[in-house]
Amino acid sequence: MSNEISTAPEKEKGKKEPLFSPKNKRLLYDPLNDSNPITVQVLGICSALAVTVKMQPSIVMALAVVVVTAFSSLIISIIRNIIPNRIRIIVQLTVVAAMVILVDQFLKAFVYDVSKQLSVFVGLIITNCIVMGRLEAFAMANKPWPSFIDGIGNGIGYGVILVIVSMIRELFGSGELMGFRIIPESAYEMGYFNNGLVIMPPMAMIVVGIIIWIQRSRNKKLIEAK
Amino acid sequence: MEHVNLFIKAVFIENMIFAYFLGMCSYLAISKTVKSAVGLGMAVIFVLSVAVPICYLLEKYILKAGALTWLSTDFGSIDLSFLSFIMFIATIASIVQLVEMVVEKFAPALYASLGIFLPLIAVNCSILGGALFMQEREYATLGEATVFAFGSGVGWFLAIVALSAIREKVRYSNIPDPLRGLGITFIITGLMAIAFMSFMGIKL
Repeated sequence: MSNEISTAPEKEKGKKEPLFSPKNKRLLYDPLNDSNPITVQVLGICSALAVTVKMQPSIVMALAVVVVTAFSSLIISIIRNIIPNRIRIIVQLTVVAAMVILVDQFLKAFVYDVSKQLSVFVGLIITNCIVMGRLEAFAMANKPWPSFIDGIGNGIGYGVILVIVSMIRELFGSGELMGFRIIPESAYEMGYFNNGLVIMPPMAMIVVGIIIWIQRSRNKKLIEAK
Repeated sequence: MEHVNLFIKAVFIENMIFAYFLGMCSYLAISKTVKSAVGLGMAVIFVLSVAVPICYLLEKYILKAGALTWLSTDFGSIDLSFLSFIMFIATIASIVQLVEMVVEKFAPALYASLGIFLPLIAVNCSILGGALFMQEREYATLGEATVFAFGSGVGWFLAIVALSAIREKVRYSNIPDPLRGLGITFIITGLMAIAFMSFMGIKL
């Protein structure tokens, strides 16, 4: 069983590589652009759209996802050789759910307001496809340390998009960033209005669509074939 | 009558996709053709309307504060609600696995057409989202929870079938290269969601 799961990357055992070898650095940097979880792999969209009305909850959400992805990748990667193949999804979900419960309790204890704003979406990190996707695609076939880095990288790649979207939405929707007023009062007196549409959930989709458009026109190799 | 209202609310006003963006990943990934969209939509309806009532019973008789009094009055002070994530997801994952086995045994034709999508449903956020909304909104009876779950499933089904139909047409249009595929799908979904917002004013 274990021989089936552990594929190519383990062949280069024996050779000891430094903790931040070029290969491991790629694991960290790639998800920021070339294999961004949201805009390229299409993973974890649900929560990305729902929590991005304000910057503060989205930063908290991004941190929560980084922690959960990194540590569940680590744990799954450690026990990958003893998980029976048929029930691996249940095992993975249990590990992820345990991590999410920890994060949820932590948020409730220290930033209660934000945890109320995020409501069910903290719980939905369990089924956030980024976590599951990385477990299936990477942690099940790689050693713990690269899996941990891969988890952090993908969490950050997700967080970057989250922060960009929430920045756009908060700036145009309520004229503030992190709760501080950016667009001055005098602008409102001269007839400036907050754009109410940007606050509505559908605009999040359109903002992400435009981010994808910009990213792909800069990075030609991501363009989909006809 | 209340149940009908709840159903309509779950399908249109609080549509899983357009109001809450739940189950988005498989929604975007498996909406390339109408045929596969219908298959996945049916499977989601089924799993939602089985899993949420079971989660409701778990919530009512095990997890809620003071829910264990039916065992003995001594347990009245126990509150297990922090375990709900792990209980719900374990329930959903095992139901999905069970459904997969049952369908494989008794309806091989259906299994062949759904095959790959069935296991994916375990990680579809709309199922866990349905269970968590059920918990948050505190539905009073098992009937209400079931109707809500079925309605959410139908709403999800409608949304994915509509998007896949649009995508089949869009494939032949002339779209700027960087926007092709994923980008335009996001924007289409956004526009559909704006259209669905017109249901929001309806009070039931």
